[in-house]
Amino acid sequence: MTPADLAFFVLAAVLLASALGVVFTRNPVHAVLLLVLTFFNAAGVFILLGAEFLAMLLIIVYVGAVMVLFLFVVMMLRVDPAKMRAQGRAALPLGLLVAGVLMAEMAAVALSFAALPGAASPAFALPEGVTDARALGRVLYTDFVYPFQVAGLILLIAMVGAIALTQRARPDIKRQSVADQTARRPGDAMEIVKVTPRTGA
Amino acid sequence: MVTQPHFLFLASALFAVGAFGLFWRRHNVIVLLMCLELMLLAANLAFVTFAAYAGDLAGQVFVMFTLTVAAAEAAIALAILLLFFRGRGSIAVESLSSLRG
Repeated sequence: MTPADLAFFVLAAVLLASALGVVFTRNPVHAVLLLVLTFFNAAGVFILLGAEFLAMLLIIVYVGAVMVLFLFVVMMLRVDPAKMRAQGRAALPLGLLVAGVLMAEMAAVALSFAALPGAASPAFALPEGVTDARALGRVLYTDFVYPFQVAGLILLIAMVGAIALTQRARPDIKRQSVADQTARRPGDAMEIVKVTPRTGA
Repeated sequence: MVTQPHFLFLASALFAVGAFGLFWRRHNVIVLLMCLELMLLAANLAFVTFAAYAGDLAGQVFVMFTLTVAAAEAAIALAILLLFFRGRGSIAVESLSSLRG
């Protein structure tokens, strides 16, 4: 057993164990932290497969951004854990059935790949002196430039959507309104009255 | 010796764990979203495996797009969840029934 094989089995074991932990732990904060562990181990498996750039991306984007977002939301929503005990029990047989059938079918497909001649070792060979990130950049900005732009648009739409959804107008709070202030003209605020002497305004 | 089926077994097991979580954790939509992330991760793992063993970089590029869409989905879903919690005070799937005709 080579060191790479050993690394694969360790990473795979921790990956599956922490994924099961995400599903079975009662505390949502623990679930987020176990999901972080899952992503770290998946990044390790990516590195074993020669996708170093994606591994870094997984850690930076997922662990660094998405999981922190999850953690924020988990801590913002006060969910009473005692109130939600034993609600998924009724779905247990159905869940086991669906997951078991999925697992069996995909395992059958995976087994069918064992007979292929290329299954023993990765065919992935980058040219000499070209790293994974450089190779990805070469295809990403040439062959995949339009999908790449669309991905940027999707992120923009998601950002606008998330802000528009969660922003709330508070009518009970007095705030400075710069637009109202700059739009204000002298005629709105004061009136010039010609007063004739000894008659009053 | 680790071969392609090992990686595919790992991906399918991870996907099955995520799918089971969708049924088991019905009372908390946040954990439901985490199970969705697990399933997306399993799909990404399969993509990277095939990219490596087929010698084609397109699989890795597709994983990047999947990550993008998954990040956007998580942001929008958590925003909707926040709105829902403000209105209902609960995030159980059973209470997500106001769109029922």
